[in-house]
Amino acid sequence: MKAFDYAAPASLPEAVGLLASQPAARLLAGGTDLLVQLRSGRKQADVVIDVKKIPELNEITLAPDHSLTIGAAVPCYRLTDHPAIRTHYPALAEVASWIGGTPIQGRASLGGNLCNSAPSADSIPLLIALSASAHLIGPAGRRSVPVEAFCTAPGRNQLAPGELLVAIHIPAPAPHSGAAYLRFIPRNEMDIAVVGAGASLTLANGLIAAARLALSSVAPTPLFVPAAGESLIGQAPTPAALEAAAQLAQAAASPISDMRGSAAYRRHLCAVMARRALELALARAQESK
Amino acid sequence: MSAKVQVQTTINNEPVEFLCEPRQSLLECLRDIVGLTGAKEGCGDGNCGSCTVRLGDRIVTSCLVLGVEAAGQSITTVEGLAHGNTLHPLQKAFLENAALQCGICTPGFLIAADALLQKHPQPTEEQTRFWLANNLCRCTGYDKIIRAVQAAAHEINANSGAAQ
Amino acid sequence: MSTPTYNVIGTRPIRHDGADKVTGRALYGADLQLARLVHGAILRSPHAHARILRIDTSKAEALPGVFAVVTAADFPPAPADKIVDFGEGDTLLSSLRGNILASGKVLYSGHAVAAVAAVNAHVAAEAAALIDVEYEVLPCVLTAPAAMAPGAPILHDHLPNGNIAETVRYEMGDLAAGFAQASLIVERELDTATVHQGYIEPQNATAFWSTDGRIQIWCSTQGSFVARDATAAVLDLPVSHVKVTPMEIGGGFGGKINVYLEPVAALLSKKAGRPVKLVMSRRDVFTGTGPTPGSRVRVKIGVNPEGKITAAQAWLAYEAGAYPGAMVVPGAMTVFACYDIENILIEGYDVVVNKPSTAAYRAPGAPNSALATETVLDEIAEKLGLDPLTLRLRNAAHEGTRRADGPRYKRIGCVEVLEAMQASPHYNAPLPGPHCGRGVAIGFWFNVGLPSSATLSVNADGTVNLIEGSTDIGGSRASLAMQAAEVLGLRAEDIHPTVVDTDSVGYTGVTGGSRTTFSTGLAVHDAAQLVIAQMKARAARLWAVDHVDFANGVFSANGNSLSFAELAAQLGATGGPVSCSATVNPKGVGGSFAGLITDLHVDPETGKTTVLRVTSVQDAGKAIHPAYVEGQMQGGTAQGLGWALNEEYFMDADGDMRNGSYLDYRMPTALDLPMIETIIVEVPNPGHPFGVRGVGEANIVPPLPSVANALYRATGKRLNRVPMNPATILGL
Repeated sequence: MKAFDYAAPASLPEAVGLLASQPAARLLAGGTDLLVQLRSGRKQADVVIDVKKIPELNEITLAPDHSLTIGAAVPCYRLTDHPAIRTHYPALAEVASWIGGTPIQGRASLGGNLCNSAPSADSIPLLIALSASAHLIGPAGRRSVPVEAFCTAPGRNQLAPGELLVAIHIPAPAPHSGAAYLRFIPRNEMDIAVVGAGASLTLANGLIAAARLALSSVAPTPLFVPAAGESLIGQAPTPAALEAAAQLAQAAASPISDMRGSAAYRRHLCAVMARRALELALARAQESK
Repeated sequence: MSAKVQVQTTINNEPVEFLCEPRQSLLECLRDIVGLTGAKEGCGDGNCGSCTVRLGDRIVTSCLVLGVEAAGQSITTVEGLAHGNTLHPLQKAFLENAALQCGICTPGFLIAADALLQKHPQPTEEQTRFWLANNLCRCTGYDKIIRAVQAAAHEINANSGAAQ
Repeated sequence: MSTPTYNVIGTRPIRHDGADKVTGRALYGADLQLARLVHGAILRSPHAHARILRIDTSKAEALPGVFAVVTAADFPPAPADKIVDFGEGDTLLSSLRGNILASGKVLYSGHAVAAVAAVNAHVAAEAAALIDVEYEVLPCVLTAPAAMAPGAPILHDHLPNGNIAETVRYEMGDLAAGFAQASLIVERELDTATVHQGYIEPQNATAFWSTDGRIQIWCSTQGSFVARDATAAVLDLPVSHVKVTPMEIGGGFGGKINVYLEPVAALLSKKAGRPVKLVMSRRDVFTGTGPTPGSRVRVKIGVNPEGKITAAQAWLAYEAGAYPGAMVVPGAMTVFACYDIENILIEGYDVVVNKPSTAAYRAPGAPNSALATETVLDEIAEKLGLDPLTLRLRNAAHEGTRRADGPRYKRIGCVEVLEAMQASPHYNAPLPGPHCGRGVAIGFWFNVGLPSSATLSVNADGTVNLIEGSTDIGGSRASLAMQAAEVLGLRAEDIHPTVVDTDSVGYTGVTGGSRTTFSTGLAVHDAAQLVIAQMKARAARLWAVDHVDFANGVFSANGNSLSFAELAAQLGATGGPVSCSATVNPKGVGGSFAGLITDLHVDPETGKTTVLRVTSVQDAGKAIHPAYVEGQMQGGTAQGLGWALNEEYFMDADGDMRNGSYLDYRMPTALDLPMIETIIVEVPNPGHPFGVRGVGEANIVPPLPSVANALYRATGKRLNRVPMNPATILGL
């Protein structure tokens, strides 16, 4: 690994200033992607900026309406272990427990998962399904980007030079709503999703009032499939309706073949995983008050 | 080459200062600078768990932590698990249950299992397997490791019950 | 024959190296620190097949902090056709050297080309990246069938038969007549992918080339003497110029017999004038060491209506990787080794391809061929409406059965293993539900003998020091000490075993071939007998008698008696210390049979397999330390299940391994396996004083076909490719 300097700013303005003055800087939160990439030579850095000492990036804020703001550097275990998050966002607590094994969860963050912008990122389809937005800060001030618009290509995203992710914001879940993320991996842990599906679903008067669906590992970026969700609106939550939505998700996918799975297998899994994620989201919506 | 950094830590309950390059992993610092070679490097990308140590109140794969990040933190390695000459119940249970063959993964398993038992004093088999899934063992098929962790949990609970 | 009773053998004492290994004190190769130590890095080929036109090391040499750079040009000159033999059979020196540092051509992606020693590993890696190699890229060939096809790219000009390095043929009886007697014939062809042993500790070696011309090496090896002899051969030195100190070893499974780093570290040390340490990365381990061969095996078996096999035919093609030496010979020898068959034809091909040069992996070659035989038998059992174990019992090999490669079996435990499987609680339990299947299979491994040495020295306090040269890879200090203790009438903990360097003990072969507990155990046994004889002589002197008895740890004669410890305390007064050595080269090796029952569930929508329950059954001959016998069975089963279901080298068309990390190679985690039940069968080996057979390997043979057969029962599909991963199961 090439030599670099290390900085650990204690405030957002300090971090933004440092980032702006260092074109070859890399941000370090949990380091579970960055250090692997630096070691393998896939990424280089002159300076590594550790953002974990910035208070705002370490906060979890659950508002009275249950909207949720997660600091970009909050390690996954704090979500999994958070009683209120387990109650109000069971899917989020689950996905946080699946990003790497136990020692990785002490380090890895949803913010890092989002900024690494891998097509296979486990948390992103769920964040899209939950209508989350990314709160950014940079030399030009603060802005907010919907998560579905954040990733632009494998490993690339909307972050402009000098900009960093502060937090992920999830709006308050509607009454009678549920969400789920399911992934297919050949092992039971320590694996990258061959296909993942995140879904959310809201019921009103026995019909589906809102639904969102997104997939991982089937396109250059985590893939939001608006048509799949829209097809469910106004429908009764029948197996046929869920299956039809899953078919739309499958049609939107453009998977490739690689060491983790063939395109044909991934395409097949799209429909299976989308339907199963919708079924679990529906079950949670039916249980929710 | 970038300037070396002075890092102050507490390792196995003793204050330790070391000088490292920012690019050096915590694992490298522990092994090559501090001289604690109990944690092993099996993969260098966080997937084998042989380098697992406790950092603050969490376990980490120390190959994916920079040494400089450990400043001000406390670290526990396998060398700090026993109390003097008395083995930790997990160490004892690993020996009694033949839970190691080559032994290279053992330090990581012991540190991870210790954290498991602090969180779940009587873990189920499923909880144990999930918690330890980041620790690869190629010799044992995990059977005797799972049994050893359960045996250690029993012993710890029996002793703490007797103390009350 | 009555079963002997033992005091120590069959018990489960704490292993002697245990405390060091649970406290982090045990020193593995990478843990070694030496004064003035510098660190190395290897530059590897990015191409699977290319001519090396030019290597320019000047930029690397100029980097501050660099001490030495070496390439194949630094090997001492040797004739191109020089043959070396260090106990493992003849090898072309150019092949041995060629795999260590490429010369002329690179033959696989990951092939070592040059090496650097520098002040630390980071600088060494930077310097290696500065070495400029100009390649002429050549077309590559990656599978045995493709490499055997006309017009395939040729790896070696010196091989007379294209890429086929060796052929093997075993014939017995009259094949055509045998098939003519059959009422049912089943033929299947199955492929297996290249897989890796997956030991957690990467290869490492530290070398110091002293000014007196001797080289000291500290490394992770299954055989210190083989590492010594191979290093000496590669460097064209007398073996006495090399001393190898085996460090603790973090797994091997056959993959740490060959040398990769030792000669390179030595060459770097010679140039640098300092000790040099080389440690592989995980990717280096996958791409630069020896995996086990991928293969294509075709098996055809005919049976009569009663299920008696009338004829069996096999065709095997194994990928050797870059240099000759795929394990096709043992694959061919074991393909029908479990059965008593009159009419057999077996043809095998050792085929070079542009993949890493293969190495041994636990019963090397046998799982590949057993996969075909055992799945064909499953299909025959189904078609005949026979229980698959009953079919096997009707054909099981027994004492006197002749194997196709020649030998007749002495006392073996094939029938006993099958009977234990049939009687097991697992085999008689119902399956839990739909989409579940149960499969069975058995397998055989010869085990090997090879020389071993041991020295026992009696301490005045009545304990005994045991000096031996077998790397302890999974509890052999304990199993050897227990055999000494049994003979000496002591407790296991009274024996202090130490594994020493090649200057300090007699020649000892590799820890491999399931031989250590058998062969080194025999050396320990013989040395212990010598100790007893000498101690008896001392007692005789003390008591002025001609004859002394020894039983249960007590020497006695004419009403006198002394315990071992009491007599040990008087050695000084009776002629001085007692220390005895033995070196053996045993011929009474006993082969081991193993079986596996597998229950699994398949998700019909995703193709994902969940292994629900497994029971491993194996003939240990005599289990010295049953816990470590179970451990071998559980470990071999786990590796076999990983091989069957998910593990493989995923190569792109250019021969680049795309999954060279633990993340994507997908070895089983704790969450992927159930508890692994074990049944130890004990049919004593008449060739060992305690009946030991050796248990390290046969257990990895049954899992591939056991899983394949269970998958068939769960899905109705007979798959023709391993790994039988979810996509393969769904045909996608």
